[in-house]
Amino acid sequence: MLQIENLSVDFRVDSGWISSVTDVSFTLGPRASLGIVGESGSGKSVTALSVLRLHAARNTRMRGRIMFDGQDLLTLPERRMREIRGRDIAMIFQDPMHSLNPVLTIGDQIGETLRIHQKLDAAAAQKAAIGLLDMVRIPDAARRVTDYPHQLSGGMRQRVMIAMAIACRPRLLIADEPTTALDVTVQAQILDLLRDLREEIGMSVILISHDLGLVAEFAERVLVMYAGELVEEAPSLTMFARPAHPYSEGLLKAIPSADEDVGRLYAIPGRIPDPGRRPPGCNFAPRCPLVQPACTAAPPPLATMEPGHLIRCPVRLAAMETTG
Amino acid sequence: MLKLIAFRIAQAIPVMLVVAVLTFLLMHLLPGDPATIIAGDQADQASIDQIRRDLGLDRPVPVQLWHWIVNLAQGDFGRSLMLNQAVADAVKERLPVTLSLAMLAFAITLPFGIAFGVIAAVWRDTWVDSAVMILALVGVSVPNFWIAILSVILFSVTLGWLPSAGYVPLHDSFSGWLASLIQPAVVLALFQIGYLARMTRSAMLDVLDQDYIRTARAKGVAVNTIIVKHAFRNTLMQVVTVAGYILSLLIGGSVVIEQIFALPGIGRLLVQAIMARDYPVVQGTMLLLGFAFVFINILIDLIYAYVDPRVRYD
Ligand SMILES: Nc1ncnc2c1ncn2[C@@H]1O[C@H](COP(=O)(O)OP(=O)(O)O)[C@@H](O)[C@H]1O
Ligand code: SF4
Ligand SMILES: [Mg+2]
Repeated sequence: MLQIENLSVDFRVDSGWISSVTDVSFTLGPRASLGIVGESGSGKSVTALSVLRLHAARNTRMRGRIMFDGQDLLTLPERRMREIRGRDIAMIFQDPMHSLNPVLTIGDQIGETLRIHQKLDAAAAQKAAIGLLDMVRIPDAARRVTDYPHQLSGGMRQRVMIAMAIACRPRLLIADEPTTALDVTVQAQILDLLRDLREEIGMSVILISHDLGLVAEFAERVLVMYAGELVEEAPSLTMFARPAHPYSEGLLKAIPSADEDVGRLYAIPGRIPDPGRRPPGCNFAPRCPLVQPACTAAPPPLATMEPGHLIRCPVRLAAMETTG
Repeated sequence: MLKLIAFRIAQAIPVMLVVAVLTFLLMHLLPGDPATIIAGDQADQASIDQIRRDLGLDRPVPVQLWHWIVNLAQGDFGRSLMLNQAVADAVKERLPVTLSLAMLAFAITLPFGIAFGVIAAVWRDTWVDSAVMILALVGVSVPNFWIAILSVILFSVTLGWLPSAGYVPLHDSFSGWLASLIQPAVVLALFQIGYLARMTRSAMLDVLDQDYIRTARAKGVAVNTIIVKHAFRNTLMQVVTVAGYILSLLIGGSVVIEQIFALPGIGRLLVQAIMARDYPVVQGTMLLLGFAFVFINILIDLIYAYVDPRVRYD
């Protein structure tokens, strides 16, 4: 259904063009779930926004192909792209505080998707909005529908965002850090809701997060991104039980567990290099516990370790092969 | 909503009182003795003293202030010294001229200023944006009186299309009224259009970068709808603030423009009154201008509540 081939995204900044995302490829079938993890700045959002082509055209350059239902979204005319947005592919964002328009009622904002794509009139759209609010489990939907965003809590706003996204029963929902801004109990409720809706509507979901644990629990497959590149792809169980890339290992160790003291939380030392400041060879080399001299010589390729499990680390790959 | 209106008006009363006191004190701190001027060059000291007593100027300033305020509260603005007329009547006669001028200039400023600002923001960093912003810069940098003079030379003297001076009341002839005001109004508006365009552009750019604009695009909303429904409505708060400020500037600006185009408005009355040390008129007109500004600010607050649900529900 969705097939991304060698996607690269460059942005124009004051000093010229910088490469944000490099050579990303992955596929996603119908009714599938995929997770994308990586620290902040690893290129997850840029990849996700590319699928809907939401980058500002005047300072963005995209290469590669994003095939959706057999057509390349990157070459589609803007008018056709607009028909796909919100109807076939929908997206929800990290910050529910700022992602809703403060001067429009939530009913208006939810109904708008239906007015555009299904040509509903205002009254029908309002009625449908109430149904959708019910569906995302907002109590007292008929009264809430005329509320403005500032009258709702963060969790409620994210539910409104979800209602808006699923209004046209899209085939693909991209959720970019949907729970990062919310507190833990609300987080779990929102993820439960997304799981149920995926089942109910039969849509595919891409869940993006910096939390490997959260993503591995939700999705069937997980991609790990670092500095704009894919560094590992594996089924969730594999990723959780025995990640192969040193960066994925670090992410796994960084997951807070219930019995651990929050103050002693593990963090990978160092920080992610900015686009344009990336080291030669392996991007992770400056922070990698396994770094070898050869790592800084040439960029390592993404290679198949076993069917369905790809990693971008020749050192680990060689070690795995010798140990069998 | 009604509560809000009542509250804002109640709040305005002390402000207006302060405006009144300041106006009064300002007049009494200015050099020059009205009695001497009224009495004329030949007058002897005795008649000057007599005039001063008649006007009550011999009493202590606080007493004069008190009398003035008490009279004001009863709707009595005093009598003009130079016009042999009640101040209220003198103002009432001239008010339509100034209001016509300011409102016409305002009506020209709003659509052009907003449209230019929105256009520049939507086409940001293109030649359209640069062109609009350069025009706006010219508008705010060239002095009013200079444009006025150039305009008179071109449209009144050379082409003879418009009168260069004078005012035709609206109830005499609409076309005459418009012809007498269009030139001063446009001159007055030019600066404000540039100013409003720049403010609208920056407010619009700010809003266009917000997350909820991205949300709207992700839903498949068309560009025009995004600009009008999602973006512009969020700039209204700032546009209303600027528009209110501009209205105040327009009223102030008419003082200058009325001189150049010989329009018999409040501005001209004020300047004549200052020259003649006609302090009741100066006080009365200044007070009126002050009240106008206070009123405009109340109006802005009420419009805020109308355009922004976050204010409305507080
Ligand atoms: N519009 C943009 N202009 C320039 N740089 C950008 C832009 N958007 C993202 N970037 C850069 O691209 C990199 C990846 O960002 P992003 O995809 O947002 O990371 P994340 O994985 O946290 O979602 C970051 O270094 C970010 O600074
Ligand atoms: S290639 Fe080298 S530096 Fe990069 S992750 Fe593997 S071991 Fe570490
Ligand atoms: Mg992100």
